Amino acid sequence: MGTLLFVNMEETVSIILFGIGFTMLMLHRNLIKKIMGMNIMDTAVYLFLAAKGYIKGRMVPIVTDHIQDVSAYINPVPSGLVLTGIVVSVSTTALMLALTIRLYERYGSLDLDEILMRAKEEERT
Amino acid sequence: MILLLSLVVCGVSVAFMKDLLTSIVIFMSYSLIMCVIWVLLQSPDLAITEAAVGAGVTSILFFVTLKKIRAIQKEGRHEQAER
Amino acid sequence: MSRLRDDYENSWWRRFQGWVDGETDLLAEGMEIRVPGSGKEDPLGEGKKPDVQEQGRHSKPAAGPGRSRTVYNGRGIRYFRRFYQVMSVFLCLSIIFVLLWTVAYLPAFGNAGNPDNNEVSARYIERGLQETGAVNIVTGMILDYRAFDTFGESCVLFIASCCVLVLLRIDAAEGDEQARKRLAEANDRIFEPKNDIILQKCACILVPLILVFGIYIVLNGHLSPGGGFSGGAVLGSGLILYLNAFGFGKTERFFTEKVYRRMTLGALTFYCLAKSYSFFTGANHLESGIPLGTPGAILSSGLILPLNICVGLVVACTMYAFYALFRKGGM
Repeated sequence: MGTLLFVNMEETVSIILFGIGFTMLMLHRNLIKKIMGMNIMDTAVYLFLAAKGYIKGRMVPIVTDHIQDVSAYINPVPSGLVLTGIVVSVSTTALMLALTIRLYERYGSLDLDEILMRAKEEERT
Repeated sequence: MILLLSLVVCGVSVAFMKDLLTSIVIFMSYSLIMCVIWVLLQSPDLAITEAAVGAGVTSILFFVTLKKIRAIQKEGRHEQAER
Repeated sequence: MSRLRDDYENSWWRRFQGWVDGETDLLAEGMEIRVPGSGKEDPLGEGKKPDVQEQGRHSKPAAGPGRSRTVYNGRGIRYFRRFYQVMSVFLCLSIIFVLLWTVAYLPAFGNAGNPDNNEVSARYIERGLQETGAVNIVTGMILDYRAFDTFGESCVLFIASCCVLVLLRIDAAEGDEQARKRLAEANDRIFEPKNDIILQKCACILVPLILVFGIYIVLNGHLSPGGGFSGGAVLGSGLILYLNAFGFGKTERFFTEKVYRRMTLGALTFYCLAKSYSFFTGANHLESGIPLGTPGAILSSGLILPLNICVGLVVACTMYAFYALFRKGGM
């Protein structure tokens, strides 16, 4: 198992990063840290996809010198997927940050538990 | 190899950094390392997008959020002092 | 008796039962679904003022963030938090372990015979130049074969910027005192040094370069690495730098909310119509009448160049709109 993990080094690192992001998302109580964990998870998934599309010794998928052989270029499909995914991750990040600002304006705290407590107290009064 | 290791180090230090500003800067460098890795993985499209988006726009948005929050904090403190 | 009852109320089984029945959240003091009637006082426009007072009242007994933790010191909550931490660490470790176990059985990295290098990518590489006219296969793929997907992405961007607009916009149209005060507070440009000479000189040199580079990336998306998404992001960051250096007064001369709306809507509509036309003709085996041109020239590859420009415009506008909304709550 160890050697296989070492051969698939990119994938292993992306899984570890995914774990770090997931742990941040669950354990940190600060909302901004949670959003950063989410971003790290995003990039880990993109790294995994891009690593799956890579083929050793081949070129960027841009046709040069009219070579149109499959054995000359890497797989273009994961690149296309990731390219759109990056931009969408920015928009989700911006949306979450806007929600965070609104929550902070309302409750004066970034701590998720405190926000829940304040919301509950307001419910009571 | 070294790049991947530094990627993990950056991720862990983002998780454990207490100061939000520091962790945002580390997150920025994380994005830059990711961008270099994508050049090495033969996909320059992704590298350009990540450099512009991950290191640029996302970090700027985080900074602006932090600034807003600090401003609101200061305002709240003023109000408390007045009372 | 009351003690017993208290214990029962705090017991895990009671809480679990309540959670299953949907009465309460598992966090006993947690959030509950707000009844529509209770938030009635908010739309009156002066919902902000009682909030501030309420906040002050809450923070008074707490006296700072350090002691406010004493507010929630119920025993159940503490146990719940400990339990939550242990369980989440356990869950994360097990997920990482399972995923690593899976990675160990994946085919080797960088091998040409991997199952994801199948006939789809082979077809894209072999016939892509003839069918789409784009030299850059990735651009040809995302803007021709999978253009509908890209249209969805652009719409996601547009919807996200609309949501941020709804969340952060400060409406000054009513003209009442409250809104104007909030607008003035949110416009934090006032408190900054206005004419930072270093930043302005750097921006003088950098902004044209960044903008030209972004336009180059957008226009050459089918010939070299790049395309609408990356070029749009570069354009957006150039605009943000310009805004930072010279303030809102300068950017509002050419970029207002109206311009943003028209640009984004025009780009999305053009994208939709162009791609609908090309899908319609393609599905019915009609002649589309769009020349593909010679591969390698800048005016080639049919619809890809205009579509790239559309996507770039949408992305750049969205990035700029995010920043402007975060900064001052308006465009």
